[in-house]
Amino acid sequence: MPKLNPPEAKTNSPGSNTLIQIESLSLHYGESKALKNISLTLGEKVVTAFIGPSGCGKSTLLRCLNRMNDLIDNVRIEGSCKIGGHDIYSPDVDVIELRKRVGMVFQKSNPFPKSIYENVAYGLHLHGSKSKPEIAAVVEQSLRSAALWDEVKDRLHASALGLSGGQQQRLCIARAIAIKPEIILMDEPASALDPLATARIEELILELKKDFTIVIVTHNMQQAARISDQTAFFYIGELIEFDSTAKIFTNPAKKQTEDYVTGRFG
Amino acid sequence: MSATTRRHFRAEKFDFSSFFFTGLTGLATLLILAILAVILGNILINGWQGFTWHFVSTIPKKNFFDINTTGVLPMIVGTTIRVFVMTIFVVPIGVITAIYLTEYAPNNSLITKFIRAAVNNLAGVPSIVFGLFGLGFFINFIGKHMDAMLQNPSAVWGQPALIWAALTLAVMTMPVVIVATEESLKAIPPGLREASLALGATKLETILRVVLPQALPGIMTGGILAVSRAAGEVAPILFTGVAYYMASLPHRVTDQFMDLGYHVFVLSTQSPNIEQTRPILYATVVVLLLLTFALNLVAIIIRARVRKKLRALG
Repeated sequence: MPKLNPPEAKTNSPGSNTLIQIESLSLHYGESKALKNISLTLGEKVVTAFIGPSGCGKSTLLRCLNRMNDLIDNVRIEGSCKIGGHDIYSPDVDVIELRKRVGMVFQKSNPFPKSIYENVAYGLHLHGSKSKPEIAAVVEQSLRSAALWDEVKDRLHASALGLSGGQQQRLCIARAIAIKPEIILMDEPASALDPLATARIEELILELKKDFTIVIVTHNMQQAARISDQTAFFYIGELIEFDSTAKIFTNPAKKQTEDYVTGRFG
Repeated sequence: MSATTRRHFRAEKFDFSSFFFTGLTGLATLLILAILAVILGNILINGWQGFTWHFVSTIPKKNFFDINTTGVLPMIVGTTIRVFVMTIFVVPIGVITAIYLTEYAPNNSLITKFIRAAVNNLAGVPSIVFGLFGLGFFINFIGKHMDAMLQNPSAVWGQPALIWAALTLAVMTMPVVIVATEESLKAIPPGLREASLALGATKLETILRVVLPQALPGIMTGGILAVSRAAGEVAPILFTGVAYYMASLPHRVTDQFMDLGYHVFVLSTQSPNIEQTRPILYATVVVLLLLTFALNLVAIIIRARVRKKLRALG
């Protein structure tokens, strides 16, 4: 796969470079159509929130971006999804390479039943084992970036399953950023956490935004308003409205969007 | 409040059906325990005296019907080795088959359903049929052809041997390992596989690094069940490797061997004087039970250690 995003093309102003370009993308599970003709352009180093009622296709679209939908039988995709100008569904794409560049954090925290250290080092071991000190350095750096280092530095070799839910989710974020992706997909990362742990994840997302492009699916409207730059509202497989978060939440163009964000339905 | 609408919690009458059912299930359990106690008690009381160090450490003479000179060392060795060799074959092949079925084979396709049905049917085949299969396939087909290819002047592989008995047992216990492994693979949360794949792991890396370590205790349960079943089986080895008498312990996989279960059969059917043989028979059964128990115990201890290690990490 050609380089998704050549370093020389990078600029520092967020959103000025197009990174993800989805064009008339439709997705079918067998006979049923889960996504209908979605077109969406996302800039580099911005946080985009996907909102909408359950079953609206926001998670499905998120999973299109790192081809996790490949794991499901009977999925058919039309249209194109380009990352860094290259269609990730073209036959010459190496899915492994794609997933290294597009990391993912899941709704239910899913640390491996290994030590905290091994969880973060997992991706590093996969992609060419570097020297031990180098791995240790990346592990520390990733845990620091995920705001977890201070809490776990004395028990790096203890089980990851001994951590609290919020810590586990931050560990999953550390694990994802250890392999230095460009994009991080988050599928309702805080939906199973208490308000304090959620606040920590949100702070973390705002911090990570400096280095990564983030796409986050959320059911929590306030969360979308707090952390995202852009918001896309989906309803039954269709993209209803996509605009800056401020506009979506204060002055949406569509009545449907307004009804949803003000809590009148959904 | 009038008397007719007053509520109370006192039982109006004795709940007979409940009492009856509790009694019935308890009695059934008691019956099973009683049967076990009678079997074990009878064997232990009658066999304990013959169970001496001399008995378990002696290679007997051809006429092994004399309690004072006989021993069961070759049978202990033979049974242990055949179970061990069987495990070496059945566990890897069974685990790999189970990995194919759960991870690679297209779900619910006709061929997968067919393989599963075949595995289940394999489990239902009587063990004597496996014995005949071993004779026909391993000895008369594979063994004879190996001899021909190696140009052996006399039969080396084309005769009953330890290796063929072990392989026949491996075929017989294969379904146990496959089913146990499949169950433990299916029990692993899909989130773990997704996490690994999303980090850019291949399917193989995911299976080797995440799925199999988690499934190890379940796989070992399959191995333990296979060992339990195989240790006491006689029919599959009848034509494929067991000997009535061997003057020495087996040295090569092509040697025949003596076996505890078969020896029990020999003692109870070939003895010239059944009264004289009875104590030997009881003692041999005690040894067979203890050996099966010991083989299981070793496997269970190993599994407990693996579980502890997994829990410490996970």
